[in-house]
Amino acid sequence: MHAASGHVAIREVTKIYDPDGVNVQAVDNCSFEIQAGEFMAVVGPSGCGKSTLLNMIAGFESLTEGEILMDGEVIASPGKRLAPGPDRVVVFQAGALFDWQTVLENIIFGPVTTGAMTRKEATETALELIAGAGLKGYEHEYPIRISSGMKRRVEILRALINEPKTLLLDEPYRAMDAITKAVMHKFLLDVFDRVHKTVMFITHDLDESIYLSDRVGIMTTRPGRFKRWIDVNLPRPRDFSIKKSPEFLRLKKETLELVHEEAKKSFERGEREGG
Amino acid sequence: MSIAKATAAPVSTLARLKCVKPTPEQIITFVTLSILFSVWFEVTRREIVPKMFVPSPADVWNGFVETLTVGYHGKNLIVHTLVSLARVLGGWSAACLLAIPLGLAMGQSTKIRAVFDYIIEFYRPLPPLAYYTLLVLWFGIGEFSKVLLLFLAAIPPLTIGAVEGVREVSPAVIQAARSLGATPRQVFLKIILPATTPMIITAMRISLGFAYTVLVAAEIVAATEGIGWVVWDASKFMRSDIIFVGIITMGITGIALDGCIRGVAKRLLRWKYV
Repeated sequence: MHAASGHVAIREVTKIYDPDGVNVQAVDNCSFEIQAGEFMAVVGPSGCGKSTLLNMIAGFESLTEGEILMDGEVIASPGKRLAPGPDRVVVFQAGALFDWQTVLENIIFGPVTTGAMTRKEATETALELIAGAGLKGYEHEYPIRISSGMKRRVEILRALINEPKTLLLDEPYRAMDAITKAVMHKFLLDVFDRVHKTVMFITHDLDESIYLSDRVGIMTTRPGRFKRWIDVNLPRPRDFSIKKSPEFLRLKKETLELVHEEAKKSFERGEREGG
Repeated sequence: MSIAKATAAPVSTLARLKCVKPTPEQIITFVTLSILFSVWFEVTRREIVPKMFVPSPADVWNGFVETLTVGYHGKNLIVHTLVSLARVLGGWSAACLLAIPLGLAMGQSTKIRAVFDYIIEFYRPLPPLAYYTLLVLWFGIGEFSKVLLLFLAAIPPLTIGAVEGVREVSPAVIQAARSLGATPRQVFLKIILPATTPMIITAMRISLGFAYTVLVAAEIVAATEGIGWVVWDASKFMRSDIIFVGIITMGITGIALDGCIRGVAKRLLRWKYV
């Protein structure tokens, strides 16, 4: 395994959607890096291009300008786009488990489909992951029978089993109740402490972004670019009590002010457009 | 006496049902059917309607016995039924083999949809008898044009079901599969196919129903066998008892066929109902 595996560099990336001749600039000349093993959170108002950025890294969307590098290698540029693959697994906000497969079958889907593991190997690895995630006894259940929190854990395990270089999480805990969310945060923190993958985590929950990440990127309203980066130097492993620490509150205040500014701008622009 | 018999039977059946605790709905169904049967019984017993139009339950029973022993026009009721089933299942199976893959392709490619959509949408609302005359003109009065008619009638529900099924597959699920490393071919086999199965099975049930409703029409023209033909032929001789026999037979086989598909569906779609 490479020491610097999972380094992502975004260089001067611009994305313009051109559906019917009406140009919509989703991302504007955006540059940043995610260090190998870094947990980076991205927050920003709705429609600021967060998901577009993530989808470009994932390989779902093409670039209009710029390039994306993974471990020094160009994986996406205007003329080139690497197909989505298990080195950059995405976990979606809406939930995307395969309903016709059991928990176990869902988890082994990646390695069995690509041929990276035999079914037997994948099953063994999956059972370990399942046990580690507190899902023992549910391996043969269909998704319809398990809770939303369990589903999310299964989705993350389904991504992890592929040993991805980066995990791309697109608002995975959106629309979850507070208790389930707290359980999921703890789960994700534990997982991160164990595997230390590079993570890009999109959210519009400020609390969550600081609690989980090493660095929070705050995006502007469309066309999206980064307004500020805030380093989160809270010690790991973390637990809920850290949310009451002065440092956490200070960071929260700082991000809140920045986001509020953006929200105001977006609101005023909306007023103008509306008038 | 006969009234006593009629009422005695439901009571004893009810008593037996009590052991398995029927649901209120089952009781309602049972009572409804009993009332219908009693009305039929009474109407024919008092000859409120001439026997020529509505045969008595006993007549229908005798009709069954007659067609099962002597046969109707030289052929046993079972033969007639099997001939019809072969036509329906032949036309329907061929339609499934063609229309399900076609519908899946149409669901995934707007270009393929552009080729077939309007053709299917044009003939779908046509009464089958309207184009059956053409089929007979082109292919003669043999078996082929009959099966072809059933085949054509069975197609539209299948393609529509498959197209809608594909459209309803969540894009996130497809993206998740691709993100996990599935090739487009694997996405089709491992995601689209299983995800559309519930819709396709429903479409197959509706399609079989369609083929079934067209059966009598298909067997009216120059046939000498088949359950649809029996009904048609019996009407020419005012044999209302035989018409009833034919209709009841069609009803029961229809329910049985649908039950078969539902049985298969239940096994295939365990993930949806557990």
